[in-house]
Amino acid sequence: MDTVAAYNHSGAATPPSWGRVRRSRYVADRALKIICTLFTALGAFALGWILLMLLVEGIGGLSPAVFTETTPGPGTEGGGIANAIVGSLILTVLGILVATPIGVLAGTYLAEYGKGSKLAAVIRFVNDILLAAPSILIGLFVYMLMVEPMGGYSGWAGGVALAIIAVPVIVRSTEDMLRLVPGSLREAGAALGAPMSTVIVKISWKAARAGMVTGVILATARIAGETAPLLFTALNNSFWFSPNLMGGVSNLPVTIYQFALAPYQNWRELAWAGALIITLSILALSIVARLLLKKDQVR
Amino acid sequence: MSTIAVDTSSAIGNAAAADADVPVRIAVKNLEFYYGDFRSLKNISLDFYDRQVTALIGPSGCGKSTLLRTFNRIYSLYPEQRAEGQILLDSQNILSPSIDVNELRARVGMVFQKPTPFPMSIYDNIAFGIRLYERLAKSELDGRVEEALRKAALWDEVKDKLRQSGMGLSGGQQQRLCIARTIAQRPEVILLDEPTSALDPISTGKIEELIEQLRSEFTIVIVTHNMQQAARISQFTAFMYLGELVEFGPTTRMFMNPSKKQTQDYITGRFG
Repeated sequence: MDTVAAYNHSGAATPPSWGRVRRSRYVADRALKIICTLFTALGAFALGWILLMLLVEGIGGLSPAVFTETTPGPGTEGGGIANAIVGSLILTVLGILVATPIGVLAGTYLAEYGKGSKLAAVIRFVNDILLAAPSILIGLFVYMLMVEPMGGYSGWAGGVALAIIAVPVIVRSTEDMLRLVPGSLREAGAALGAPMSTVIVKISWKAARAGMVTGVILATARIAGETAPLLFTALNNSFWFSPNLMGGVSNLPVTIYQFALAPYQNWRELAWAGALIITLSILALSIVARLLLKKDQVR
Repeated sequence: MSTIAVDTSSAIGNAAAADADVPVRIAVKNLEFYYGDFRSLKNISLDFYDRQVTALIGPSGCGKSTLLRTFNRIYSLYPEQRAEGQILLDSQNILSPSIDVNELRARVGMVFQKPTPFPMSIYDNIAFGIRLYERLAKSELDGRVEEALRKAALWDEVKDKLRQSGMGLSGGQQQRLCIARTIAQRPEVILLDEPTSALDPISTGKIEELIEQLRSEFTIVIVTHNMQQAARISQFTAFMYLGELVEFGPTTRMFMNPSKKQTQDYITGRFG
Protein backbone atom coordinates (compact mmCIF):
# COMPACT_ATOMS: atom_id res chain seq x y z
CA MET A 1 0.00 0.00 0.00
CA ASP A 2 2.73 2.40 1.02
CA THR A 3 4.77 1.75 -2.08
CA VAL A 4 1.75 2.36 -4.31
CA ALA A 5 1.03 5.66 -2.62
CA ALA A 6 4.68 6.63 -2.91
CA TYR A 7 4.69 5.72 -6.58
CA ASN A 8 1.56 7.77 -7.25
CA HIS A 9 3.03 10.65 -5.35
CA SER A 10 6.23 10.61 -7.38
CA GLY A 11 4.06 10.20 -10.51
CA ALA A 12 2.36 13.50 -9.74
CA ALA A 13 5.77 15.12 -9.72
CA THR A 14 6.55 14.05 -13.33
CA PRO A 15 5.86 16.46 -16.25
CA PRO A 16 2.36 17.99 -16.30
CA SER A 17 1.54 16.58 -19.75
CA TRP A 18 0.78 13.29 -18.00
CA GLY A 19 -2.61 14.51 -16.87
CA ARG A 20 -3.59 15.81 -20.30
CA VAL A 21 -2.63 12.53 -21.99
CA ARG A 22 -4.63 10.64 -19.46
CA ARG A 23 -7.70 12.83 -19.97
CA SER A 24 -7.66 12.49 -23.75
CA ARG A 25 -7.34 8.73 -23.41
CA TYR A 26 -10.19 8.72 -20.95
CA VAL A 27 -12.37 10.74 -23.36
CA ALA A 28 -11.55 8.49 -26.34
CA ASP A 29 -12.27 5.43 -24.22
CA ARG A 30 -15.62 6.81 -23.11
CA ALA A 31 -16.56 7.99 -26.63
CA LEU A 32 -15.94 4.61 -28.20
CA LYS A 33 -17.95 2.90 -25.52
CA ILE A 34 -20.89 5.29 -26.01
CA ILE A 35 -20.81 4.98 -29.82
CA CYS A 36 -20.70 1.18 -29.68
CA THR A 37 -23.57 1.08 -27.20
CA LEU A 38 -25.60 3.49 -29.31
CA PHE A 39 -25.28 1.51 -32.51
CA THR A 40 -25.93 -1.77 -30.74
CA ALA A 41 -29.12 -0.25 -29.39
CA LEU A 42 -30.04 0.92 -32.90
CA GLY A 43 -29.65 -2.60 -34.30
CA ALA A 44 -31.48 -4.17 -31.39
CA PHE A 45 -34.26 -1.61 -31.72
CA ALA A 46 -34.85 -2.44 -35.40
CA LEU A 47 -34.85 -6.14 -34.65
CA GLY A 48 -37.18 -5.66 -31.67
CA TRP A 49 -39.55 -3.60 -33.77
CA ILE A 50 -39.76 -6.27 -36.47
CA LEU A 51 -40.38 -9.01 -33.93
CA LEU A 52 -42.96 -6.98 -32.03
CA MET A 53 -44.89 -6.14 -35.21
CA LEU A 54 -44.67 -9.75 -36.29
CA LEU A 55 -46.02 -10.92 -32.93
CA VAL A 56 -48.88 -8.42 -32.81
CA GLU A 57 -50.03 -8.89 -36.40
CA GLY A 58 -49.18 -12.59 -36.57
CA ILE A 59 -51.05 -13.57 -33.43
CA GLY A 60 -54.03 -11.60 -34.74
CA GLY A 61 -53.99 -13.72 -37.90
CA LEU A 62 -53.64 -17.06 -36.08
CA SER A 63 -56.65 -19.35 -35.82
CA PRO A 64 -57.20 -23.12 -35.94
CA ALA A 65 -58.15 -22.77 -39.60
CA VAL A 66 -54.60 -21.58 -40.36
CA PHE A 67 -53.35 -25.08 -39.61
CA THR A 68 -56.23 -27.07 -41.11
CA GLU A 69 -57.47 -25.34 -44.26
CA THR A 70 -55.72 -24.80 -47.57
CA THR A 71 -54.89 -21.39 -49.00
CA PRO A 72 -58.03 -19.56 -50.12
CA GLY A 73 -58.70 -18.49 -53.70
CA PRO A 74 -59.11 -14.82 -54.59
CA GLY A 75 -62.24 -13.28 -53.13
CA THR A 76 -63.12 -16.24 -50.88
CA GLU A 77 -63.51 -15.89 -47.14
CA GLY A 78 -61.34 -17.52 -44.45
CA GLY A 79 -58.95 -20.28 -45.44
CA GLY A 80 -55.63 -21.35 -43.96
CA ILE A 81 -52.07 -22.16 -44.95
CA ALA A 82 -51.94 -25.84 -44.00
CA ASN A 83 -50.82 -26.87 -47.49
CA ALA A 84 -48.06 -24.24 -47.44
CA ILE A 85 -46.80 -25.38 -44.03
CA VAL A 86 -46.65 -29.03 -45.11
CA GLY A 87 -45.14 -28.09 -48.48
CA SER A 88 -42.42 -26.04 -46.78
CA LEU A 89 -41.65 -28.94 -44.45
CA ILE A 90 -41.30 -31.30 -47.42
CA LEU A 91 -39.06 -28.91 -49.39
CA THR A 92 -36.87 -28.13 -46.38
CA VAL A 93 -36.45 -31.78 -45.42
CA LEU A 94 -35.74 -32.69 -49.03
CA GLY A 95 -33.17 -29.92 -49.31
CA ILE A 96 -31.40 -30.86 -46.08
CA LEU A 97 -31.43 -34.58 -46.96
CA VAL A 98 -29.63 -33.80 -50.20
CA ALA A 99 -27.29 -31.21 -48.69
CA THR A 100 -26.17 -33.01 -45.51
CA PRO A 101 -24.15 -35.89 -47.01
CA ILE A 102 -22.57 -33.60 -49.60
CA GLY A 103 -21.79 -30.89 -47.07
CA VAL A 104 -20.49 -33.18 -44.34
CA LEU A 105 -18.29 -35.22 -46.66
CA ALA A 106 -16.92 -32.17 -48.47
CA GLY A 107 -16.21 -30.48 -45.12
CA THR A 108 -14.48 -33.65 -43.96
CA TYR A 109 -12.35 -33.67 -47.11
CA LEU A 110 -11.29 -30.07 -46.50
CA ALA A 111 -10.46 -30.59 -42.82
CA GLU A 112 -8.95 -34.08 -42.86
CA TYR A 113 -7.59 -34.98 -46.28
CA GLY A 114 -7.06 -31.64 -48.00
CA LYS A 115 -4.91 -29.96 -45.34
CA GLY A 116 -2.51 -27.73 -47.22
CA SER A 117 -3.46 -29.01 -50.67
CA LYS A 118 -4.13 -26.60 -53.55
CA LEU A 119 -7.35 -28.34 -54.53
CA ALA A 120 -8.72 -27.87 -51.03
CA ALA A 121 -7.80 -24.19 -51.07
CA VAL A 122 -9.68 -23.73 -54.36
CA ILE A 123 -12.73 -25.64 -53.08
CA ARG A 124 -12.74 -23.60 -49.89
CA PHE A 125 -12.63 -20.37 -51.92
CA VAL A 126 -15.43 -21.46 -54.25
CA ASN A 127 -17.48 -22.58 -51.28
CA ASP A 128 -17.14 -19.15 -49.70
CA ILE A 129 -18.36 -17.57 -52.94
CA LEU A 130 -21.33 -19.94 -52.99
CA LEU A 131 -22.02 -19.02 -49.38
CA ALA A 132 -22.48 -15.41 -50.42
CA ALA A 133 -24.17 -16.03 -53.81
CA PRO A 134 -27.51 -14.26 -54.29
CA SER A 135 -30.16 -16.92 -53.78
CA ILE A 136 -32.19 -15.76 -56.81
CA LEU A 137 -29.21 -16.80 -58.92
CA ILE A 138 -29.39 -20.30 -57.51
CA GLY A 139 -33.10 -20.38 -58.32
CA LEU A 140 -32.37 -19.44 -61.94
CA PHE A 141 -29.60 -22.03 -62.14
CA VAL A 142 -31.89 -24.84 -61.00
CA TYR A 143 -34.58 -23.54 -63.38
CA MET A 144 -32.17 -24.11 -66.26
CA LEU A 145 -30.89 -27.37 -64.79
CA MET A 146 -34.17 -29.04 -63.84
CA VAL A 147 -37.35 -27.07 -64.45
CA GLU A 148 -36.84 -26.57 -68.18
CA PRO A 149 -35.64 -30.11 -68.99
CA MET A 150 -38.35 -31.67 -66.82
CA GLY A 151 -41.02 -29.53 -68.43
CA GLY A 152 -42.34 -27.74 -65.40
CA TYR A 153 -42.02 -26.63 -61.80
CA SER A 154 -41.58 -29.35 -59.20
CA GLY A 155 -40.88 -29.99 -55.56
CA TRP A 156 -37.72 -31.80 -56.62
CA ALA A 157 -36.35 -28.65 -58.23
CA GLY A 158 -37.29 -26.68 -55.10
CA GLY A 159 -35.52 -29.19 -52.88
CA VAL A 160 -32.38 -29.09 -55.01
CA ALA A 161 -32.35 -25.28 -55.02
CA LEU A 162 -32.61 -25.23 -51.23
CA ALA A 163 -29.90 -27.91 -51.02
CA ILE A 164 -27.53 -25.71 -53.02
CA ILE A 165 -28.10 -22.94 -50.50
CA ALA A 166 -27.50 -25.32 -47.58
CA VAL A 167 -24.40 -27.13 -48.88
CA PRO A 168 -21.87 -24.30 -48.40
CA VAL A 169 -23.22 -23.61 -44.91
CA ILE A 170 -22.74 -27.25 -43.91
CA VAL A 171 -19.33 -27.52 -45.61
CA ARG A 172 -18.10 -24.51 -43.69
CA SER A 173 -19.44 -25.53 -40.30
CA THR A 174 -18.25 -29.12 -40.70
CA GLU A 175 -14.74 -28.01 -41.62
CA ASP A 176 -14.58 -25.48 -38.79
CA MET A 177 -15.79 -27.99 -36.22
CA LEU A 178 -13.38 -30.71 -37.39
CA ARG A 179 -10.50 -28.24 -37.22
CA LEU A 180 -11.28 -27.72 -33.55
CA VAL A 181 -10.57 -31.40 -32.89
CA PRO A 182 -7.01 -31.45 -31.54
CA GLY A 183 -4.43 -33.07 -33.81
CA SER A 184 -3.15 -35.01 -30.79
CA LEU A 185 -6.40 -37.00 -30.80
CA ARG A 186 -5.83 -38.02 -34.43
CA GLU A 187 -2.21 -38.94 -33.64
CA ALA A 188 -3.40 -41.03 -30.71
CA GLY A 189 -5.80 -42.88 -32.99
CA ALA A 190 -3.14 -43.44 -35.63
CA ALA A 191 -0.69 -44.57 -32.92
CA LEU A 192 -3.03 -47.48 -32.14
CA GLY A 193 -2.80 -48.55 -35.76
CA ALA A 194 -6.15 -47.15 -36.85
CA PRO A 195 -6.31 -46.31 -40.55
CA MET A 196 -7.23 -42.73 -41.39
CA SER A 197 -10.83 -43.59 -42.25
CA THR A 198 -11.36 -45.11 -38.81
CA VAL A 199 -9.73 -42.12 -37.12
CA ILE A 200 -12.08 -39.77 -38.99
CA VAL A 201 -15.30 -41.71 -38.48
CA LYS A 202 -14.76 -43.00 -34.94
CA ILE A 203 -12.73 -40.17 -33.43
CA SER A 204 -12.90 -36.86 -35.35
CA TRP A 205 -16.59 -37.07 -36.20
CA LYS A 206 -17.41 -38.21 -32.70
CA ALA A 207 -15.46 -35.38 -31.12
CA ALA A 208 -17.03 -32.79 -33.44
CA ARG A 209 -20.49 -34.33 -33.51
CA ALA A 210 -22.39 -31.64 -31.59
CA GLY A 211 -20.90 -28.86 -33.68
CA MET A 212 -21.56 -30.68 -36.94
CA VAL A 213 -25.20 -31.34 -36.03
CA THR A 214 -25.54 -27.70 -35.03
CA GLY A 215 -24.27 -26.67 -38.46
CA VAL A 216 -26.91 -28.83 -40.15
CA ILE A 217 -29.63 -27.38 -37.91
CA LEU A 218 -28.55 -23.82 -38.69
CA ALA A 219 -28.53 -24.66 -42.41
CA THR A 220 -32.09 -25.97 -42.00
CA ALA A 221 -33.10 -22.70 -40.37
CA ARG A 222 -31.42 -20.83 -43.20
CA ILE A 223 -33.30 -22.60 -46.02
CA ALA A 224 -36.65 -22.75 -44.20
CA GLY A 225 -37.17 -19.06 -44.91
CA GLU A 226 -35.66 -18.84 -48.40
CA THR A 227 -38.04 -17.38 -50.99
CA ALA A 228 -36.06 -16.46 -54.08
CA PRO A 229 -34.75 -19.94 -55.00
CA LEU A 230 -38.31 -21.30 -54.81
CA LEU A 231 -39.80 -18.70 -57.18
CA PHE A 232 -38.20 -20.40 -60.18
CA THR A 233 -38.38 -23.97 -58.95
CA ALA A 234 -41.21 -25.10 -56.67
CA LEU A 235 -43.18 -21.94 -57.37
CA ASN A 236 -46.35 -22.17 -55.30
CA ASN A 237 -50.02 -23.04 -55.62
CA SER A 238 -53.10 -23.24 -53.46
CA PHE A 239 -53.45 -27.01 -53.27
CA TRP A 240 -51.91 -29.90 -51.42
CA PHE A 241 -48.71 -31.20 -53.01
CA SER A 242 -49.08 -33.99 -55.55
CA PRO A 243 -47.57 -37.30 -54.40
CA ASN A 244 -44.87 -37.31 -57.07
CA LEU A 245 -43.95 -33.71 -56.18
CA MET A 246 -44.38 -32.66 -59.82
CA GLY A 247 -45.99 -29.32 -60.54
CA GLY A 248 -45.87 -26.38 -58.17
CA VAL A 249 -45.55 -27.16 -54.46
CA SER A 250 -47.22 -24.82 -52.04
CA ASN A 251 -44.79 -23.34 -49.52
CA LEU A 252 -44.71 -20.68 -46.82
CA PRO A 253 -42.17 -18.12 -48.10
CA VAL A 254 -43.71 -17.72 -51.55
CA THR A 255 -47.22 -17.78 -50.09
CA ILE A 256 -46.23 -14.96 -47.75
CA TYR A 257 -44.70 -13.08 -50.69
CA GLN A 258 -47.91 -13.39 -52.74
CA PHE A 259 -50.43 -12.92 -49.95
CA ALA A 260 -48.75 -9.96 -48.32
CA LEU A 261 -49.16 -7.90 -51.51
CA ALA A 262 -52.75 -9.02 -52.15
CA PRO A 263 -55.76 -6.72 -51.91
CA TYR A 264 -57.66 -9.17 -49.68
CA GLN A 265 -57.73 -8.70 -45.91
CA ASN A 266 -57.85 -12.46 -45.12
CA TRP A 267 -54.79 -13.08 -47.37
CA ARG A 268 -52.74 -10.43 -45.62
CA GLU A 269 -53.68 -11.85 -42.22
CA LEU A 270 -52.60 -15.31 -43.38
CA ALA A 271 -49.30 -13.85 -44.62
CA TRP A 272 -48.63 -12.44 -41.14
CA ALA A 273 -49.52 -15.77 -39.54
CA GLY A 274 -47.20 -17.58 -41.94
CA ALA A 275 -44.37 -15.15 -41.23
CA LEU A 276 -44.81 -15.69 -37.50
CA ILE A 277 -44.80 -19.48 -37.92
CA ILE A 278 -41.59 -19.44 -39.98
CA THR A 279 -39.86 -17.08 -37.56
CA LEU A 280 -40.83 -19.13 -34.52
CA SER A 281 -39.66 -22.34 -36.23
CA ILE A 282 -36.29 -20.79 -37.04
CA LEU A 283 -36.03 -19.47 -33.49
CA ALA A 284 -36.78 -22.95 -32.16
CA LEU A 285 -34.13 -24.51 -34.42
CA SER A 286 -31.55 -21.94 -33.32
CA ILE A 287 -32.31 -22.59 -29.66
CA VAL A 288 -31.94 -26.34 -30.19
CA ALA A 289 -28.60 -25.71 -31.93
CA ARG A 290 -27.36 -23.55 -29.04
CA LEU A 291 -28.44 -26.08 -26.43
CA LEU A 292 -26.65 -28.85 -28.30
CA LEU A 293 -23.40 -26.89 -28.39
CA LYS A 294 -23.70 -25.90 -24.75
CA LYS A 295 -24.34 -29.47 -23.65
CA ASP A 296 -21.24 -30.51 -25.55
CA GLN A 297 -19.11 -27.86 -23.88
CA VAL A 298 -20.28 -28.91 -20.43
CA ARG A 299 -19.33 -32.49 -21.17
CA MET B 1 19.16 -47.52 7.53
CA SER B 2 16.68 -49.58 5.59
CA THR B 3 16.07 -46.83 3.00
CA ILE B 4 19.78 -46.65 2.28
CA ALA B 5 19.81 -50.39 1.80
CA VAL B 6 16.93 -50.16 -0.69
CA ASP B 7 18.63 -47.35 -2.58
CA THR B 8 21.82 -49.29 -2.90
CA SER B 9 20.09 -52.41 -4.06
CA SER B 10 18.12 -50.53 -6.71
CA ALA B 11 21.30 -48.90 -7.98
CA ILE B 12 22.93 -52.31 -8.10
CA GLY B 13 19.76 -53.65 -9.74
CA ASN B 14 20.09 -51.07 -12.50
CA ALA B 15 23.70 -51.88 -13.04
CA ALA B 16 23.02 -55.58 -13.04
CA ALA B 17 20.28 -55.25 -15.62
CA ALA B 18 22.57 -53.17 -17.78
CA ASP B 19 25.48 -55.57 -17.56
CA ALA B 20 23.43 -58.69 -18.13
CA ASP B 21 23.37 -60.14 -21.57
CA VAL B 22 19.97 -58.80 -22.66
CA PRO B 23 18.89 -59.14 -26.29
CA VAL B 24 18.49 -56.05 -28.46
CA ARG B 25 14.89 -55.26 -29.40
CA ILE B 26 15.31 -52.17 -31.53
CA ALA B 27 18.53 -51.40 -33.40
CA VAL B 28 18.82 -47.94 -34.90
CA LYS B 29 21.46 -47.70 -37.61
CA ASN B 30 22.66 -44.45 -39.20
CA LEU B 31 19.29 -42.75 -38.79
CA GLU B 32 18.78 -39.34 -40.40
CA PHE B 33 15.60 -37.32 -40.03
CA TYR B 34 14.37 -34.30 -41.97
CA TYR B 35 11.60 -31.78 -41.40
CA GLY B 36 11.45 -30.48 -44.96
CA ASP B 37 15.04 -29.42 -45.57
CA PHE B 38 15.98 -29.23 -41.92
CA ARG B 39 18.12 -32.15 -40.78
CA SER B 40 17.05 -32.82 -37.22
CA LEU B 41 18.63 -36.22 -36.52
CA LYS B 42 22.21 -36.76 -37.53
CA ASN B 43 23.56 -40.24 -38.01
CA ILE B 44 22.01 -41.83 -34.93
CA SER B 45 23.02 -45.42 -34.13
CA LEU B 46 21.70 -46.89 -30.94
CA ASP B 47 20.38 -50.17 -29.49
CA PHE B 48 17.35 -50.58 -27.27
CA TYR B 49 17.30 -53.64 -25.06
CA ASP B 50 14.48 -56.10 -24.62
CA ARG B 51 12.24 -55.43 -21.61
CA GLN B 52 14.35 -52.58 -20.35
CA VAL B 53 13.42 -48.94 -19.87
CA THR B 54 15.53 -46.61 -21.96
CA ALA B 55 15.30 -42.88 -21.25
CA LEU B 56 16.00 -40.28 -23.92
CA ILE B 57 17.19 -37.04 -22.35
CA GLY B 58 18.50 -33.75 -23.65
CA PRO B 59 17.49 -30.10 -23.94
CA SER B 60 14.40 -29.00 -25.88
CA GLY B 61 14.81 -29.36 -29.62
CA CYS B 62 17.61 -31.92 -29.35
CA GLY B 63 15.61 -34.49 -31.33
CA LYS B 64 14.61 -36.92 -28.59
CA SER B 65 10.89 -36.76 -29.42
CA THR B 66 11.71 -36.91 -33.12
CA LEU B 67 13.68 -40.10 -32.52
CA LEU B 68 10.82 -41.59 -30.51
CA ARG B 69 8.37 -40.74 -33.29
CA THR B 70 10.33 -42.75 -35.84
CA PHE B 71 9.81 -46.04 -33.97
CA ASN B 72 6.12 -46.20 -34.91
CA ARG B 73 6.48 -43.98 -37.96
CA ILE B 74 3.87 -41.61 -36.58
CA TYR B 75 5.83 -38.83 -38.30
CA SER B 76 4.61 -40.18 -41.65
CA LEU B 77 1.23 -38.53 -40.97
CA TYR B 78 2.99 -35.37 -42.07
CA PRO B 79 4.17 -35.46 -45.68
CA GLU B 80 7.10 -33.05 -45.19
CA GLN B 81 8.77 -35.31 -42.61
CA ARG B 82 11.01 -38.21 -43.59
CA ALA B 83 13.53 -40.60 -42.10
CA GLU B 84 16.52 -42.28 -43.71
CA GLY B 85 18.65 -45.12 -42.45
CA GLN B 86 17.52 -48.25 -40.68
CA ILE B 87 15.50 -49.08 -37.62
CA LEU B 88 15.45 -52.81 -37.00
CA LEU B 89 12.63 -54.13 -34.86
CA ASP B 90 13.29 -57.84 -34.34
CA SER B 91 15.74 -57.53 -37.26
CA GLN B 92 13.07 -56.21 -39.64
CA ASN B 93 13.63 -52.71 -41.03
CA ILE B 94 10.52 -50.76 -40.09
CA LEU B 95 11.46 -47.83 -42.31
CA SER B 96 11.07 -50.06 -45.35
CA PRO B 97 8.13 -49.00 -47.57
CA SER B 98 6.82 -52.57 -47.55
CA ILE B 99 6.00 -52.34 -43.85
CA ASP B 100 2.31 -51.83 -43.06
CA VAL B 101 2.43 -48.81 -40.73
CA ASN B 102 -0.88 -49.65 -39.06
CA GLU B 103 0.34 -53.12 -38.16
CA LEU B 104 3.61 -51.62 -36.97
CA ARG B 105 1.73 -49.21 -34.71
CA ALA B 106 -0.22 -52.07 -33.20
CA ARG B 107 3.15 -53.64 -32.26
CA VAL B 108 4.71 -50.38 -31.10
CA GLY B 109 2.34 -48.45 -28.86
CA MET B 110 2.68 -44.79 -27.96
CA VAL B 111 1.53 -42.56 -25.12
CA PHE B 112 1.66 -38.81 -25.57
CA GLN B 113 2.58 -35.84 -23.43
CA LYS B 114 -0.99 -34.66 -22.99
CA PRO B 115 -3.54 -37.32 -22.15
CA THR B 116 -5.63 -38.09 -25.23
CA PRO B 117 -8.79 -39.91 -24.16
CA PHE B 118 -11.16 -40.42 -27.09
CA PRO B 119 -14.63 -38.88 -26.79
CA MET B 120 -16.24 -42.18 -25.83
CA SER B 121 -16.75 -44.33 -22.75
CA ILE B 122 -13.85 -45.65 -20.67
CA TYR B 123 -14.67 -49.14 -21.89
CA ASP B 124 -14.75 -48.12 -25.56
CA ASN B 125 -11.49 -46.22 -25.16
CA ILE B 126 -9.76 -49.46 -24.18
CA ALA B 127 -11.68 -51.62 -26.64
CA PHE B 128 -10.92 -49.25 -29.54
CA GLY B 129 -7.44 -50.58 -30.23
CA ILE B 130 -8.37 -54.22 -29.62
CA ARG B 131 -11.33 -54.06 -32.02
CA LEU B 132 -9.07 -52.76 -34.79
CA TYR B 133 -7.20 -56.02 -35.09
CA GLU B 134 -9.16 -58.69 -33.28
CA ARG B 135 -12.74 -59.92 -33.40
CA LEU B 136 -13.53 -61.07 -29.91
CA ALA B 137 -16.66 -62.32 -28.20
CA LYS B 138 -18.15 -59.86 -25.72
CA SER B 139 -16.99 -61.81 -22.66
CA GLU B 140 -13.47 -62.11 -24.02
CA LEU B 141 -13.36 -58.39 -24.83
CA ASP B 142 -14.59 -57.61 -21.31
CA GLY B 143 -11.73 -59.70 -19.98
CA ARG B 144 -9.14 -57.89 -22.10
CA VAL B 145 -10.46 -54.47 -21.04
CA GLU B 146 -10.31 -55.47 -17.37
CA GLU B 147 -6.83 -56.93 -17.77
CA ALA B 148 -5.54 -53.75 -19.40
CA LEU B 149 -7.11 -51.50 -16.77
CA ARG B 150 -5.65 -53.67 -13.99
CA LYS B 151 -2.19 -53.56 -15.50
CA ALA B 152 -2.49 -49.79 -15.76
CA ALA B 153 -3.48 -49.64 -12.07
CA LEU B 154 -6.76 -47.96 -12.97
CA TRP B 155 -9.27 -50.80 -12.56
CA ASP B 156 -10.25 -50.11 -8.96
CA GLU B 157 -10.92 -46.45 -9.72
CA VAL B 158 -13.10 -46.98 -12.79
CA LYS B 159 -14.63 -50.46 -12.53
CA ASP B 160 -18.04 -49.01 -11.56
CA LYS B 161 -18.14 -46.41 -14.31
CA LEU B 162 -16.86 -48.15 -17.41
CA ARG B 163 -19.76 -46.71 -19.43
CA GLN B 164 -18.97 -43.12 -18.48
CA SER B 165 -16.98 -40.83 -20.75
CA GLY B 166 -13.22 -41.11 -20.54
CA MET B 167 -13.05 -37.32 -20.70
CA GLY B 168 -14.53 -37.10 -17.18
CA LEU B 169 -11.45 -38.62 -15.50
CA SER B 170 -8.70 -36.59 -13.85
CA GLY B 171 -5.52 -35.85 -15.82
CA GLY B 172 -3.54 -38.62 -14.12
CA GLN B 173 -6.36 -41.10 -14.61
CA GLN B 174 -6.69 -40.07 -18.26
CA GLN B 175 -2.99 -40.75 -18.77
CA ARG B 176 -3.28 -44.19 -17.17
CA LEU B 177 -6.33 -44.77 -19.39
CA CYS B 178 -4.13 -44.02 -22.41
CA ILE B 179 -1.49 -46.42 -21.13
CA ALA B 180 -4.18 -49.06 -20.59
CA ARG B 181 -5.45 -48.44 -24.12
CA THR B 182 -1.95 -49.00 -25.44
CA ILE B 183 -1.20 -52.18 -23.49
CA ALA B 184 -4.64 -53.63 -24.29
CA GLN B 185 -3.31 -54.15 -27.81
CA ARG B 186 -0.47 -56.27 -26.38
CA PRO B 187 2.30 -54.40 -28.16
CA GLU B 188 5.98 -55.37 -27.93
CA VAL B 189 7.29 -51.87 -27.43
CA ILE B 190 5.78 -48.89 -25.61
CA LEU B 191 6.90 -45.37 -26.47
CA LEU B 192 6.27 -42.69 -23.85
CA ASP B 193 6.63 -39.07 -24.92
CA GLU B 194 7.02 -37.05 -21.71
CA PRO B 195 4.06 -38.89 -20.21
CA THR B 196 4.12 -37.11 -16.87
CA SER B 197 5.01 -33.54 -17.81
CA ALA B 198 1.34 -32.48 -17.65
CA LEU B 199 0.67 -34.26 -14.35
CA ASP B 200 0.95 -33.45 -10.65
CA PRO B 201 3.60 -35.19 -8.50
CA ILE B 202 1.25 -37.82 -7.09
CA SER B 203 -0.05 -38.84 -10.52
CA THR B 204 3.54 -38.80 -11.76
CA GLY B 205 4.54 -41.19 -8.97
CA LYS B 206 1.77 -43.57 -9.96
CA ILE B 207 2.79 -43.56 -13.60
CA GLU B 208 6.43 -44.17 -12.67
CA GLU B 209 5.44 -47.12 -10.50
CA LEU B 210 3.41 -48.41 -13.41
CA ILE B 211 6.34 -48.13 -15.82
CA GLU B 212 8.45 -50.12 -13.38
CA GLN B 213 5.83 -52.92 -13.43
CA LEU B 214 5.31 -52.85 -17.20
CA ARG B 215 9.01 -53.42 -17.76
CA SER B 216 8.59 -57.14 -17.12
CA GLU B 217 6.47 -57.42 -20.26
CA PHE B 218 7.34 -54.57 -22.60
CA THR B 219 10.35 -52.82 -24.03
CA ILE B 220 9.92 -49.21 -23.00
CA VAL B 221 11.40 -46.03 -24.44
CA ILE B 222 10.63 -42.82 -22.57
CA VAL B 223 11.38 -39.23 -23.46
CA THR B 224 11.71 -37.09 -20.36
CA HIS B 225 12.80 -33.62 -19.37
CA ASN B 226 13.07 -34.69 -15.81
CA MET B 227 16.56 -35.88 -14.93
CA GLN B 228 15.48 -37.45 -11.65
CA GLN B 229 12.75 -39.34 -13.44
CA ALA B 230 15.23 -40.78 -15.92
CA ALA B 231 17.47 -41.82 -13.03
CA ARG B 232 14.56 -43.35 -11.10
CA ILE B 233 12.92 -45.45 -13.75
CA SER B 234 15.34 -46.29 -16.54
CA GLN B 235 18.03 -48.91 -16.96
CA PHE B 236 19.61 -47.18 -19.93
CA THR B 237 19.91 -43.52 -20.81
CA ALA B 238 20.71 -41.81 -24.08
CA PHE B 239 21.75 -38.17 -23.98
CA MET B 240 21.09 -36.22 -27.15
CA TYR B 241 22.13 -32.74 -28.17
CA LEU B 242 21.42 -30.81 -31.38
CA GLY B 243 20.21 -33.88 -33.24
CA GLU B 244 23.17 -36.03 -32.28
CA LEU B 245 23.57 -38.84 -29.84
CA VAL B 246 26.19 -37.65 -27.38
CA GLU B 247 26.35 -40.60 -25.04
CA PHE B 248 24.50 -43.80 -24.32
CA GLY B 249 24.95 -46.26 -21.50
CA PRO B 250 23.52 -47.83 -18.36
CA THR B 251 21.63 -45.17 -16.42
CA THR B 252 23.71 -45.61 -13.27
CA ARG B 253 26.95 -45.02 -15.10
CA MET B 254 25.49 -42.13 -17.14
CA PHE B 255 24.50 -40.32 -13.96
CA MET B 256 27.38 -41.30 -11.69
CA ASN B 257 30.24 -41.29 -14.10
CA PRO B 258 29.47 -39.92 -17.57
CA SER B 259 32.34 -40.14 -20.03
CA LYS B 260 31.54 -36.96 -21.95
CA LYS B 261 31.78 -33.49 -20.46
CA GLN B 262 28.56 -32.38 -22.22
CA THR B 263 26.61 -35.13 -20.50
CA GLN B 264 28.12 -34.19 -17.17
CA ASP B 265 27.21 -30.54 -17.69
CA TYR B 266 23.63 -31.35 -18.69
CA ILE B 267 22.80 -33.75 -15.90
CA THR B 268 24.30 -31.46 -13.30
CA GLY B 269 22.17 -28.61 -14.64
CA ARG B 270 24.94 -26.46 -16.08
CA PHE B 271 22.98 -26.03 -19.34
CA GLY B 272 19.76 -27.14 -21.00
